[in-house]
Amino acid sequence: MPNPEAAPGATIERPSLYELFKAFTIVSVSGFGGALPWARRMIVEQRRWMTTEEFNEAFALSQFLPGPNLVNFSVVFGLRFGGPFGAVVTLAGLMVPPLVIVIILGVLYERFGDLEVLSRMLSGITAAAAGLLIAVVAKMAAPMFLKQWNSAPVIAILAFAGVAIMHWPLPLVFAVLAPVSIGLAWFKR
Amino acid sequence: MNESPLTALFGYFAMLSLFAVGGANAAIPEMHRIAVEVMGWMTNRQFADMFAIAQLSPGPNVIIVTLIGYHVAGITGALVATVGMCGPTCLVAFGVAHVWDRFKDAPWRIAIQAGLVPVSLGLIGASAFVLAHAADNNVYAGAITAVTAVVAFATRINPLWIFAVGGLLGLSGWL
Repeated sequence: MPNPEAAPGATIERPSLYELFKAFTIVSVSGFGGALPWARRMIVEQRRWMTTEEFNEAFALSQFLPGPNLVNFSVVFGLRFGGPFGAVVTLAGLMVPPLVIVIILGVLYERFGDLEVLSRMLSGITAAAAGLLIAVVAKMAAPMFLKQWNSAPVIAILAFAGVAIMHWPLPLVFAVLAPVSIGLAWFKR
Repeated sequence: MNESPLTALFGYFAMLSLFAVGGANAAIPEMHRIAVEVMGWMTNRQFADMFAIAQLSPGPNVIIVTLIGYHVAGITGALVATVGMCGPTCLVAFGVAHVWDRFKDAPWRIAIQAGLVPVSLGLIGASAFVLAHAADNNVYAGAITAVTAVVAFATRINPLWIFAVGGLLGLSGWL
């Protein structure tokens, strides 16, 4: 069922299902090292389907929801711009091409993964991938840790220590810290 | 653990996805704990390699579950793991997206959003720690991680180039 009230950019024509599928396929196959920058580029800068603010809001919602952020985003975006069928095609556009590519890579790895050369190359890439993730965390953490200190950085450090140092299961850490953190945010309003 | 691998893959990833606030990267330590320590599906090294392949592949990083599924139970395992990881949360996203905009300025919504951000950040930080720990077997690998972190933080260079350099250094036999 289409929901016209959910499309704030009323002047912009609703993209066809084919356009939605094509856009998310392009985002997906371009998105080396994470597809988020490509999704923003496509939707805000190239197609102009959303303003910067609309995109940020939709992505914040996707981050709030459990599960893979960009998968959630494709559902939120597809639903808003094409109803339930829109959500199906954006999700398919996002997931099917990398699914095929990664299975091919997986087959190659299972067959040749014990080869010295590939394994040595992968050890270098893995080290770089870990560094890339550290940089992303630093960028995300900078605003929170540079502002005046309140409970938020403490919660972040506790979550980090619980999973990384203590090796507690993620669901347990989440179930304990999330209600505390939401409660603190509630009283800080 | 007598259940079939497919049931285990689906059930485990479906459960994990519903707790994975902060996205696939925040769930990496838990995937590692289950796949390596609890289920014994693979070695530490194989897990790190799969993360590297998932990073190498275009598309969302959640695609690592496809590789884990493939490793455990072939093509069927790959599909079952992917559907398990994405299916339930897509249904949740579908439902919540309908009501979320309606409560845009509601205090409870603002508090939930503000409260979840630091938890999610800490979990993603833990992912980075666990991966660096698995990948950095010697001082050279540690140096690649450190240099990558600094370069990616300070510049807007395409990460693919850094991966290429890391791969070549690995190939040269230093790591």
